[in-house]
Amino acid sequence: MIGLGHYILLSGILFSIGVVGVITSRSVLKILLSLELLLAASNLSFVAFSKFNGDYTGQLIVFFVILVAAAEVAIGLAIVVLMFRHFSTIQADELKDMKW
Amino acid sequence: MVNPLLAWTALFAPLAACVIITLFFLRSKTPSALIAIAGILTSFVCTVLLFLQIFHTHPAVELQQSFAWIHTSTLTIDFGVLINPLAIMMLMVVTGVGSAIFIYSKGYMAEDPSMPRFFAYLSLFAFSMIGIVLSNNFIQLFIFWELVGLSSYLLIGFWYAKPSAADAGVKAFVVNRVADFGFLCGIILLWSVSGVGGERTFLFTDLAGTIPGLENSQLLSTIALLIFCGVVGKSAQVPLHVWLVDAMEGPTPVSALIHAATMVAAGIYLLARTFFLFEPLTAVLTVIAYIGAITAFLAATLAIAENDIKRILAYSTLSQLGLMVMALGLAGPLQGMYHLTTHAFFKALLFLGAGSVIYALHHEQNIWKMQGLLKQMPVTGWTFLIGTLALCGIFPLSGFWSKDEILALAAEHNTVLYWAGTLTSCLTAFYMGRLFWTAFGGKDDHGHAHESPAVMTIPLIFLAILSIMGGLIGIPHFIYPEAAHPELNMPVAMISSGAAILGLVVSYLIYGKRPSRDPLETKLGFIYPVLKNKYYFDTVYGWYVDRVQQGVAITFAWFEEVFIVRFGVHGLTGAAKATGNALRQLQTGLVQFYALVFVLGVVYLFFVMVTRL
Repeated sequence: MIGLGHYILLSGILFSIGVVGVITSRSVLKILLSLELLLAASNLSFVAFSKFNGDYTGQLIVFFVILVAAAEVAIGLAIVVLMFRHFSTIQADELKDMKW
Repeated sequence: MVNPLLAWTALFAPLAACVIITLFFLRSKTPSALIAIAGILTSFVCTVLLFLQIFHTHPAVELQQSFAWIHTSTLTIDFGVLINPLAIMMLMVVTGVGSAIFIYSKGYMAEDPSMPRFFAYLSLFAFSMIGIVLSNNFIQLFIFWELVGLSSYLLIGFWYAKPSAADAGVKAFVVNRVADFGFLCGIILLWSVSGVGGERTFLFTDLAGTIPGLENSQLLSTIALLIFCGVVGKSAQVPLHVWLVDAMEGPTPVSALIHAATMVAAGIYLLARTFFLFEPLTAVLTVIAYIGAITAFLAATLAIAENDIKRILAYSTLSQLGLMVMALGLAGPLQGMYHLTTHAFFKALLFLGAGSVIYALHHEQNIWKMQGLLKQMPVTGWTFLIGTLALCGIFPLSGFWSKDEILALAAEHNTVLYWAGTLTSCLTAFYMGRLFWTAFGGKDDHGHAHESPAVMTIPLIFLAILSIMGGLIGIPHFIYPEAAHPELNMPVAMISSGAAILGLVVSYLIYGKRPSRDPLETKLGFIYPVLKNKYYFDTVYGWYVDRVQQGVAITFAWFEEVFIVRFGVHGLTGAAKATGNALRQLQTGLVQFYALVFVLGVVYLFFVMVTRL
C-alpha cells in the first residue's frame, strides 16, 4: 500500500535532485530545468497532503504554482536570450562581473 | 520707591550702543563716539535716579528682581539684578567715571582710524562691568566676569598690529584664565554645599541665609579661598599680578577705565558683595589680608624703578588694590569699598592726565623725556597734582580719608599689617613725587607740548573735583548705613600724613632739581636690578612655561600621537578595513555559490526547527 510517506519521500528525492541540478549545472538552461524540478517536487507534496487530509486547498495552491512557474519560465527564457545576446554565452559561471 | 526697571536700563544701554555701532557705524567715527557716550550717559542717569531713590528710602533697602533663566529639576540659574547701596555706589563709580572716560576718549582717540571699534569694545566693557555690579547670583556674575575679561583682552590688544600689545592682551587673558578656573571650582563647590535644608542655589540672598548655618568650615575655607582665587586674578594680587603692568599697552583711556578704576576693582567688589561667605572664616581672612599687604608693598617698591609713566601708575594701582584687599581681609568691606571709590576717582584722573601728556608728546611715555610740563600744560599739570596728592593721602583730599580708615582698621587688629600699610603710603608718596617732579617739574625747555582740547580737559577737571571732595560727601554712610563709623583716629592720621609728607620731601630732595637720569640707579646698588626685573616673577613664570609646562605638553603630545592617533584612530579604521577585506571574499559573483549558501542556510534553519520540536 502506498502511503503519504512514499509521496513525501519521492518529493524529497525530486527536490534534492533539483537542488543539486541548480547548484552544479553550468548552463543556465539546465538551471531553469532544475528549478522546474524543485517546483514539481513541492507540487507533489501539496497534492499528496491534499489527498490524505481530504482538503482541496493544497490542490488549489498547486494551480497557482503552475501558473507562476509558467510565468517564471517565460521571463527566465527571455533573460537567457538577452544574456546570450549580451555576453555570447549561457554558462552561469562565466558571469562573474558582480564580484568584489 | 526703587524702580528696578532703571537698573535694567542701566545694564542694557551700553550693550545697545555696542550693537548699534557694530552693525551700522563701524566706518563713521563721530557718530560711533556719540552713540557710545549716549549709552553710558543713559546708564549714568539711571544710576543717579536709583541713587536718589535709595537715598530717600529709609531704612536701607535691598531690592531683587530676577527670573529663572535656565531651569531644570535639579538646577536653577537665575538672571536678575540685586540692588542695594553697595551696588549703587559701585554703579555710580562705574558709570560716573566711565562717562568721564568715554568723553575723554573722543578726544584721545580722535586720530585713530579704528575709533568706532574702540567705542564698540568700550561699550561692551561697560555692559559687562555693570552686569557684574548688578548680578544677583554667582553664575550670572561669572559670565559677566568673563565678559570683562574678554573686553579687557580686546582693548589691551586694541593696537593688535603692535606685537607687544597683542602679547600683553594674551598674557592678561591667560593669567585670568588660571585664576578663573579656581573661581569656577569655588562657585560649583559652593553650589553643592548650599543644598542643606532646601534647594541648591547660586543666589547671593539665599546663600547669605544658608552659609552661616553650615558647620564644615574646612570645606567652606576651601570654597572661600577658591573664590578669592578669582579675585587674585582679576584684581591682580601677588602672585598673579604680572598681567596688569603689561596691560598698559592698551590705549590710555582703557588703562584708566578698566585697569585702574573699575574692572580690577571688581575683585574687591566681589569680596564685599559676598562678604557673608568670608566673614566667619578668620583664617581665610588672614590669608587675604597678608596677600593684600604683600601686593601693596611689592608693587610700591617696583614703582620706584619704573620709568614709563603709565607703568608707574599701574604699579600704584596694584599697590592700592593690595590695600583694599588688605582692608577686606581685616573684615572691613566698608573701608575697602570706600577706598575703591576714592581710588577710582583719583586713579582715573591720574591715568587721564598721563594720557593727556602722552597725547601732547606724541606717544612718549618715558618720564625722563618729559620736563616742565606743569607750565606747558597747566590744566593737565594741576589736575595731575591734585590726583597725586589724593593718592598720597594728603589732608583733606579723598585719598586721605579712605586710606586712613584702612590704616586705622589695621592698627586696631594687626600691627604688622599696619606698618606695612604705612610704609606703603610712604613709598607711594615717594614714587608719585618722583613721577611728578620729573615729568612736570624742572625748566620748561622743550616748549612743544600743548594743552589738550577741552573734550579731554573737562573730564580731568570733573575727576579732580571728585578727587578733592570724595572724602567729604559721606560715601561710607551711604554704603553701609547701619555700620558704626569710628571717629578719625588721630595718631594713625598723624603718622600716615607724616609718612606721606616724608615720602614727598625725600622725592623732592632727589628729583626736585630735575637730574637728567635717575640717581637711584647707582644709589640703590644691587637692589635696583632686582626691582628692574620685577622681582623675577616674569622670569620664573617664563622659565616655568618654557621648560616645565612645555615638557609636560610635549609628553602629552607624544602620548596623543602614539596611543590616541596610532592605536586608537588608525587602529579602529584598520580593524574595520581588515574585517571588510575578509568578508568581501564571500562576494564571489557566482550565482550558484549564492544558491548553495542559500540552500545550506535553509537546511540549517530546517534542522534547528526540527530539533527544537
